[in-house]
Amino acid sequence: MKIHEFQAKSILARYGVRIPRGDVATTPAEARAIAEKIGPRVVVKAQIHAGGRGKGGGVKLAATPAEAERLTKDMIGMTLVTHQTGPEGKVVKRVLIEEALDIARELYIGIVIDRAKEAAVVMASTEGGVEIEKVAAETPDRIFKEYVHPGAGFGAFQARKLAFKLGLAGETFKQAVKFITALYKAFEGTDASMAEINPLLITKQGDVLALDAKMNFDDNALLRHPDIQAMRDLDEESPLEVEAAKYNLNYIKLDGSVGCMVNGAGLAMATMDIVKYAGGMPANFLDVGGGVTEEAVTNAFKILVADKDVKAALINIFGGIVRCDMIAAGVVKAAKELGTKIPVVIRLEGTNVELGKKILAESGLAFQSADGMKDAAEKVVALVSQGRRERR
Amino acid sequence: MSILVDERTRVVVLGITGSEGTFHAQRMLEYGTKVVAGMTPGKGGTKHLGVPVYNTVSDAVKAEGANAAAIFVPPFAAADAIMESADAGVTLIVCITEGIPTFDMIKAKTFLRDRPVSLIGPNTPGIISPGKCKIGIMPGHIHKPGTIGIISRSGTLTYEAVQQVSKQGYGQSTAIGIGGDPIVGLKYIELLKLFKDDPGTEAVILIGEIGGTAEDEAAAYIKKEFPKPVVGFVAGQTAPPGRRMGHAGAIIAGGKGTAQEKMDALRAGGVHVAVSPADIGATLKAALSRK
Repeated sequence: MKIHEFQAKSILARYGVRIPRGDVATTPAEARAIAEKIGPRVVVKAQIHAGGRGKGGGVKLAATPAEAERLTKDMIGMTLVTHQTGPEGKVVKRVLIEEALDIARELYIGIVIDRAKEAAVVMASTEGGVEIEKVAAETPDRIFKEYVHPGAGFGAFQARKLAFKLGLAGETFKQAVKFITALYKAFEGTDASMAEINPLLITKQGDVLALDAKMNFDDNALLRHPDIQAMRDLDEESPLEVEAAKYNLNYIKLDGSVGCMVNGAGLAMATMDIVKYAGGMPANFLDVGGGVTEEAVTNAFKILVADKDVKAALINIFGGIVRCDMIAAGVVKAAKELGTKIPVVIRLEGTNVELGKKILAESGLAFQSADGMKDAAEKVVALVSQGRRERR
Repeated sequence: MSILVDERTRVVVLGITGSEGTFHAQRMLEYGTKVVAGMTPGKGGTKHLGVPVYNTVSDAVKAEGANAAAIFVPPFAAADAIMESADAGVTLIVCITEGIPTFDMIKAKTFLRDRPVSLIGPNTPGIISPGKCKIGIMPGHIHKPGTIGIISRSGTLTYEAVQQVSKQGYGQSTAIGIGGDPIVGLKYIELLKLFKDDPGTEAVILIGEIGGTAEDEAAAYIKKEFPKPVVGFVAGQTAPPGRRMGHAGAIIAGGKGTAQEKMDALRAGGVHVAVSPADIGATLKAALSRK
């Protein structure tokens, strides 16, 4: 799960990570009041779940509270497009007003889980303010790493090593060690999957602060962090994805026109792949779960056809233990309830497959049965191009 | 022949009295798996599905000679179940549970280090040596005994591969799901080593997906020291970066872990790569006829 910058900063502050003074505003008047308290000079930062906000005009410096008010008025309600939002962009609903600081150096600190090493890794770099992937590709010698021992935890010596490698000394060094240690505590304490401070700011006065902060969390651990779960911003997610999550379905909206409904994540990805291989493009990823139920199939079908980009649907279920007649009944029920006109190709495999095909054939609905994934993909792509010709 | 599980495997099912545990323990028994014990704390001394239930895994090992554990407990209890099984001295742990927090798994794997035990999963359909032993949730009837080893990060996609292999007239020596999570037990290389030494395995099918670097590491190993034919497929060629595709482990992060990269790495390692998931069986047949 992703959260906003201001939320990440509030979590980090709880663990003793130093952040700039500031507060979140949803109206220009609120922004002005905050600026009057912490200003006069402040930074107005759009709060959306995407990076690259500065370049898109979502981060601006205000010299006075009046300017902060005016900038906030412009920013709230605007659609911000960055390299991470996609071309449709994201609507700004709130801004973070923070004290403007005198920048001496911009560094980088990030923590992720290293899958190959099976441990958390704390990374530091002298190249702050740029994308760390770019640094890793071009100047890997400027990234310093410390792996965290799962039993012993993150050692103070490791924080010191990183701070020395960043070239820090004196009071700034002490502050950086404290900062890195606190950041790791926050990472482990919240079951984060990523924590990134980019840039990590060294002020002209030698203070160490998180100028930006990004945190993602392990979805599997959210139930033990209700406070973080409450930070979920549904406005940042696609409505169909939110709807799907209610039924424990894994749904991700994509750009194509072939709606896909599959049991199992790997088979769902492979189905998307074979649709493309057959000349079509998948409209979504939709995993109804390995041990699929009739109810899940019914709900999934509704979500699938609610996407107006879907011109034809492909249902690929490898039942195994699950009965195909049950799947067929669920799809027929949903299609009849919705009265959908979207053509559907169904590939069923597993127990009672013949009975399942019979239910589909006798349903009176425009369902085509397919044998195997290849046949299914070719049939559904043919239906999409046929529909395109008819509309012309 | 087979790897890791055969007729001598004696299974204790953790969480046997739960609904998932009951359903799948029943099917394992029907398949012929020697499910010798169940474990549910507080239900020791009772019987479930005709199998004796114990309070601890240790009791089940002592009383019934269990040497493998199948875990069907809820996600927040699963890492503890893995550690308890290892502590009790079983040599194989199969963790079916999906949704275990990553930090829990990091700790559990640290606990397993230096112990003589292998972990399969979590978030796996399990392992099957057709006709001998099935530990997991896969449909037994689609498998048949044979000489093809299968290693996969997926569930139903593995069944798809199994069926294609069967349609080409081949059976499986052992089929293993390594699990869809970021942190799992045995990975491709450890399993390839076992298949290398198994005279009953003629060729291996490796089914990967986006995310991480496990396929790339496997490709490097295959190139260096795996002598048998390997067929590969990587799911997620159309997956967008930054989105988790169902599995916690299936995410293209920072531009790394794309299907294209993995397919290129596998090809460079001498693996016969099926680009379309419908061609896994045919690719295997072609690879074997060239041998």
